[in-house]
Amino acid sequence: MMAAEMVIDVRGLTKIFDGRKVVDNFDLRVPKGSVYGFLGPNGSGKTTTIRMVCGLLIPDSGSGSCLGWDVLTQSENIKKKVGYMTQKFSLWEDLTIRENLNFVARVYDVPDLEHRVAETLEHLGLSARAHQLAGSLSGGWKQQLALAACMIHDPELLLLDEPTSGVDPKARREFWDNIHELADRGVTILVSTHYMDEAIQCDYIAYIAYGHKLIDAPYAEIISQVGLYTWRVEGAGLSQIARKLKENPQVEQVTRFGTALHVSGQDEAALQAAIAPWRDNPELHWYQQESGLEEAFIHLMNTTEDNFQ
Amino acid sequence: MTLLSWSRIVAILKKEFIQMRRDRMTFATMIGIPVMQLIMFGFAVNTDPRHLPTALIDRDHSTFSRSIVKAVENSTFMDIDYRPSHQATAEKLIKEGDVNFIIVIPENFSRDLVRGQRPQILVIADATDPSAASGALNSFDKIVNSGLRRDLSGNLSYLAVGPPLVNVVLQRRYNPAGITQYNIVPGLLGIILAMTMSMMTAVAITRENERGTMENLLAMPVRPLEMMIGKIMPYVLIGYAQVFVVLLAAKFVFNIPLIGSLLLLIAVSTLYIIVNLMFGFLFSTVARTQMQALQLTFFLLMPQILLSGFMFPFLGMPKWAQYIGDALPATYYMRLVRGIVLKGATAVELMSNIWPLVLMMIIIGALAIFRYRQTLD
Ligand SMILES: Nc1ncnc2c1ncn2[C@@H]1O[C@H](COP(=O)(O)OP(=O)(O)OP(=O)(O)O)[C@@H](O)[C@H]1O
Ligand SMILES: [Mg+2]
Repeated sequence: MMAAEMVIDVRGLTKIFDGRKVVDNFDLRVPKGSVYGFLGPNGSGKTTTIRMVCGLLIPDSGSGSCLGWDVLTQSENIKKKVGYMTQKFSLWEDLTIRENLNFVARVYDVPDLEHRVAETLEHLGLSARAHQLAGSLSGGWKQQLALAACMIHDPELLLLDEPTSGVDPKARREFWDNIHELADRGVTILVSTHYMDEAIQCDYIAYIAYGHKLIDAPYAEIISQVGLYTWRVEGAGLSQIARKLKENPQVEQVTRFGTALHVSGQDEAALQAAIAPWRDNPELHWYQQESGLEEAFIHLMNTTEDNFQ
Repeated sequence: MTLLSWSRIVAILKKEFIQMRRDRMTFATMIGIPVMQLIMFGFAVNTDPRHLPTALIDRDHSTFSRSIVKAVENSTFMDIDYRPSHQATAEKLIKEGDVNFIIVIPENFSRDLVRGQRPQILVIADATDPSAASGALNSFDKIVNSGLRRDLSGNLSYLAVGPPLVNVVLQRRYNPAGITQYNIVPGLLGIILAMTMSMMTAVAITRENERGTMENLLAMPVRPLEMMIGKIMPYVLIGYAQVFVVLLAAKFVFNIPLIGSLLLLIAVSTLYIIVNLMFGFLFSTVARTQMQALQLTFFLLMPQILLSGFMFPFLGMPKWAQYIGDALPATYYMRLVRGIVLKGATAVELMSNIWPLVLMMIIIGALAIFRYRQTLD
């Protein structure tokens, strides 16, 4: 990863809950100013990893640095420069929107507090509702408020745990625009998500399953590293074809995309053989195409499930 | 009956049992509290206090005064623990609460007794707690007279019959009319503070756990001591408000005079409030939920009500119960408040009850900070 300055540089992070390795020997190197996507199925250890990076959980083993400070001993310093957005809404529901922002800004010693809070409210479009209790906001608005709150002290590193879950498409687009703007200014962002359309916005992607990191690469290299081949077919009678293909052990995934079907497999030749019976049907149009991220990740999950569960 | 489905009832029943079993703390309190109550009410609480510490000033040093001492000790109401030679020493003992009674046998006691002049015996009782004094005082006359008669023999046996030999003079100190409120109301202040202060901090912190806001707080650069001070300070003010209300009620509703220094009272109250708040903070490091925090405060509150000398005379409790009482902040605060309000005691006189509170503040505070987790582990 070249000689770029590493904002997060941790090695061998391991966390054990009740005798189970929830995160196992996890390495992560996040260069300054990058947007790092953190993906993985439910319960794979994303939240746990993020908590270890910002000092909320003590790793059972492993070491490393965050913003140049030791994650094990200097979390005090790390916390001042990190903005962490929790997966579950964790602002104070019995405080108003403004009171929440005031509190957070005060804890971080934000200069020119009132101005900063007013600016944030303005940006959120919540100025008129600043006196509303945070608990009475809708789910998506809570999410946006939490996001704004964790950025109020201009952190150098943002750790965002599923920041856009439950957020409407327009607000999500604005959120991602905002993220890229911040990254351009040198802010580093580690963001966990389950959405593929968000994953493709990231510079790097780390994929974790069952506590193990399965892949960690610049976005553009993910597909070639996974090594999955995909055919797309359009036409009539797709349901029946899908059913037949699913029975074939050489075909790993058959997914419906509107009026098209994606058929994926690891062995290029075997895949061609599997689809051969329908290749010459004039009512069907076959194209080979690059596998999508979603297919790649489902493939990764399929191939690891047996090893770790 | 088709309206009731047995399987639905069983479903709910099973779920409740499972949840009950999972909540270990509730389970423990449900077993622990009855046991605690049994022990405290059954053994420690003593509504007929005996062996109350007593100071004897014997200015006669005669066989008769020895007879009296023997009779008094045999009665088991009083234990003669101190024999000061000066009145001032005895006064100090009673003011600081080390003795409940002072017995003074005057000079020439035996001479006057033999002459049949019915000499006086002075009994000074600490009447702040009227119930502690009453048992002993009611029977003192009889104990002394019959004790003396038993020892009269030979040419003095003529005294063994006839009118009472001695004249017992009773002096009730600090609460001459024996009004129960004099004792209860200042003591109540200690109980009110013990109950609300530790509960409020414990709940204020566990609430953050329960609502998930703790994760946010912990991710912020807040130091444990900052957290503790920030969480405790608001409740100190509430504590002051409570002190104020109780004192006003004491003065204007119950007509209890404040003899000592108001400033001293506020100072020791501050100390006591902080000790209780720190207990609350400590509980919050053990409890995960607000419910558990409440249960823990209740666990501490019960002995504070029963064993601190609030409800029953401290010196009348068995020794082991007194040792438990010695570990409770309320015990010292009871003595402090009663000492200041009813006896006009000064800081110097009360030092033996102030330093244990200071010590508790330091130990509990350090323990709470030590136990306070800055991580979610
Ligand atoms: N405090 C805890 N005690 C015990 N197990 C825990 C604790 N926190 C997390 N786990 C377990 O650790 C594993 C990883 O959880 P984690 O929350 O990190 O997953 P995640 O990748 O964030 O999942 P999701 O996508 O659902 O948010 C899960 O199996 C979870 O049950
Ligand atoms: Mg998570």
